[in-house]
Amino acid sequence: MTEPAITEDLIEAHGLKPDEYQRILEIIGREPSFTELGIFSAMWNEHCSYKSSKKWLRTLPTEGPQVICGPGENAGVIDIGDNQAVIFKMESHNHPSYIEPYQGAATGVGGILRDVFTMGARPIAAMNSLSFGAVDHHKTRQLVHGVVEGIGGYGNCFGVPTVGGEVRFDPAYNGNCLVNAFAAGLADADKIFYSAASGVGMPVVYLGAKTGRDGVGGATMASAEFDETIEEKRPTVQVGDPFTEKRLMEATLELMQTGAVISIQDMGAAGLTCSAVEMGDKGGLGVKLQLDDVPQREENMTAYEMMLSESQERMLMVLRPEKEAEARAVFEKWDLDFAIVGETIAEDRFLILHGNEVKADLPLATLSGSAPEYDRPWEATAPAEPLDAATVPGIDPVDGLRALISSPNYAAKQWIYEQYDTMVMADTVRTPGFGAGVIRVHDTGKMLAFTSDVTPRYVKANPAMGGKQAVAEAYRNLTAVGATPLASTDNLNFGNPEKPEIMGQFVGAIKGIGEAVAALDMPIVSGNVSLYNETDGAAILPTPTIAAVGLIKTEDDAILGLPRDGHVALLIGDTQGHLGQSALLAEVFNRSEGDAPTVDLAAEKRNGDFIRANHALIKSCTDLSDGGLALAAFEMAEAAGVGIHIDTDDMAQLFGEDQARYLVACNFDEAEALMVAAGQAGVPIHSVGRFTGDQVSFGASSAPLSELSATYRGAFEEALG
Amino acid sequence: MHAAVIVFPGSNCDRDLAVAFEKAGAKVSMVWHKDTELPAGVDIVGIPGGFSFGDYLRCGAIAANSPICQSVVRHAERGGYALGICNGFQVLTETGLLPGALRRNANLKYICKPVKLRVEACDTVYLKGYEPGQEITIPIAHHDGNYYVDDAKLAQLKDEGRIAFTYVDNPNGSVADIAGVVSKNRRVLGMMPHPERMAEPAHGGTDGRAMFEGLMDALATA
Repeated sequence: MTEPAITEDLIEAHGLKPDEYQRILEIIGREPSFTELGIFSAMWNEHCSYKSSKKWLRTLPTEGPQVICGPGENAGVIDIGDNQAVIFKMESHNHPSYIEPYQGAATGVGGILRDVFTMGARPIAAMNSLSFGAVDHHKTRQLVHGVVEGIGGYGNCFGVPTVGGEVRFDPAYNGNCLVNAFAAGLADADKIFYSAASGVGMPVVYLGAKTGRDGVGGATMASAEFDETIEEKRPTVQVGDPFTEKRLMEATLELMQTGAVISIQDMGAAGLTCSAVEMGDKGGLGVKLQLDDVPQREENMTAYEMMLSESQERMLMVLRPEKEAEARAVFEKWDLDFAIVGETIAEDRFLILHGNEVKADLPLATLSGSAPEYDRPWEATAPAEPLDAATVPGIDPVDGLRALISSPNYAAKQWIYEQYDTMVMADTVRTPGFGAGVIRVHDTGKMLAFTSDVTPRYVKANPAMGGKQAVAEAYRNLTAVGATPLASTDNLNFGNPEKPEIMGQFVGAIKGIGEAVAALDMPIVSGNVSLYNETDGAAILPTPTIAAVGLIKTEDDAILGLPRDGHVALLIGDTQGHLGQSALLAEVFNRSEGDAPTVDLAAEKRNGDFIRANHALIKSCTDLSDGGLALAAFEMAEAAGVGIHIDTDDMAQLFGEDQARYLVACNFDEAEALMVAAGQAGVPIHSVGRFTGDQVSFGASSAPLSELSATYRGAFEEALG
Repeated sequence: MHAAVIVFPGSNCDRDLAVAFEKAGAKVSMVWHKDTELPAGVDIVGIPGGFSFGDYLRCGAIAANSPICQSVVRHAERGGYALGICNGFQVLTETGLLPGALRRNANLKYICKPVKLRVEACDTVYLKGYEPGQEITIPIAHHDGNYYVDDAKLAQLKDEGRIAFTYVDNPNGSVADIAGVVSKNRRVLGMMPHPERMAEPAHGGTDGRAMFEGLMDALATA
């Protein structure tokens, strides 16, 4: 089949700028073929090349004694002792989820699961961080339903427990919802599989599902010419099959046991192109592919289509040739395709053959290593005006709480998480709904805690502080269950980086995140950047999601209890009453004013260490974040089904969002001991009330817990169900 | 007690069920769906939860026609024990070993949460560890758990005392709140809730453990 001629329109349709095309000409010394143009566009688009963000990503702390493998592989790997490793990453599937919410979200989950099991880990936990437009926007309800069903449909069938996540609503996401999916898996620390190929003449094997035309051009936009070149247009959103993914995971893990795998890489964005180039480049080898041998589910597919297809549930492996029969038997057992489609070669070439023709012949290392990198101009976000507290009208504090818990932003989310299997694998210790999710490490006394956090309105007001705060909140959520935070993954969702003010948000947030992960020893071991989240020139709120993993070394170290009648409520950390950018201001007064609360990383560390050191005195613990003391106290009481009395009725004390704070429940004796310990450690601690009876009261203002609980449990479904 | 846990492509509670059997003291063999015979000496067959064959066609329908299921049917017809949980219950109805069918949940959504069950007055070894009328908490996790039988069959199940568990607060629209039923000889139990997920203190409760321990007591000597 004749490939279309290369024209300016075609180049533009592939998202390549004129100077980028010039670079291609310089690299290969001739005009590229259509397939080659597609390969370059796939390798050089923002999603695969991180061309706008690389410069800044390099500044993030990624190392530590706990880190086995940082960014650059499919996922980050951390050591949890006893020759065990946790492998995790978070990745966005924003654009596809807005176009086709069910499949977009489902394949987002599928992609992140593959990233984890590609490295030899069995997935053991999933989370998701979702941002939608205004609750009353006409698209929101449909997106929420589709995304939640898609996540559940894929994860439930695959068989990984969803143990946590977050959901927010803001008009800034009306035209761009965010779906960030996280997965973590468990592997033996000495049996991690990487993507670097080694050895010349080693077979390159295609594993999993067949290749179709779905996702072709997922990275590029169709033009009139483009239409004519693709015989059969398919949506650019891929379709997921969790049943195939489950079999692919089982087969891959079984295959790894046979010793047949030299290197392995999943086919994600830009499918066969990205995976083959990555394996070759990391191993310093060339790759030759014979596309006639690629398992195909559609007829007459072209080289271009096969190289750019984003069909799901596929992997590429470099095989030890002597193990071929054994490896093939594993895939036959699971009824999956196993096809040798090429080999590693000594020359630095990416050689694509189809029929009797050479469809692409490119210098592999250059293709991979010379993607453009931009130092985009950026403008620091102007410092926010502090909120004048005198302008915040006084309201009854229980009414303030009522307003928060009737908003889908702060109402209970069981409508969502009851659609997810939160308990499969029978190791879930804490299901979603109250703080970090916790699972047991199967057959050991260890536990892992998972959380995902960011407060976009803080990041918008003050990117650096907001970036720090996201990390600090993740640190606190892990600490509150007794875990030691180990490492993080970042999913950086921003608008158009070509706008200096957006790039300024990005740069600011990275600086804040970097400072915080260094101070709190939670290096970034994997991550993903999603830019251009804009519609009609309006950007989303800057949303750098931080997902983090913590280790609970023994069951005794865990803080997993709930308060009981008679427990004292102790507030750890310093309260100034910071109402700027608070949930109260946003939800009750519809105002987004003021600066983000200050994050004191030394105080975060000191207070967190204090909680862990004194876990034995603490029955129940939660971090204070959105909604301050009032919301934290209510959530804790509601989870336990016991009333709470907080002594103060001061709005700033109740709803201020000062950082580095925890609410703790324990009995009198323990409270006394904690006070003494806090005094010695220099940790601020105050008795703020008691868990008792069946009322929620702030000073003289009160309401029955049952009434508030009904509001809290019903508001989400009422608004969006 | 020797338990066989069947593994279909798409099963995802196979390990969980094996662990529950093992913790009760059973010897467990994992059996692949393409096998044609159960291992010798198997006392009970466990058919686990999950999405066998992706739930394609109809939940449990393809699994029910797999080679191993022919052997499971023969085992049950010989008076062998079989426990089907969630997808396993769906498989057992599809094989005809248990009556009825599991339809899509009434709210058309997947539901995963702990629910209260009532232990019915049903004379079967599976319930030896419970008192009739006892309320226990066991999680459900399914999209298609809405049990259906016609009126005549329902009357028969009631007459024969074959309803093992009912939901205290029906989550999925099941006829007569039915969460689990047994075969006429009381040796085959199918249930939508997952007792293996509520069998250790770390699960947040141990109400499911009594089923495995009761089975162990009854079958250890069998």
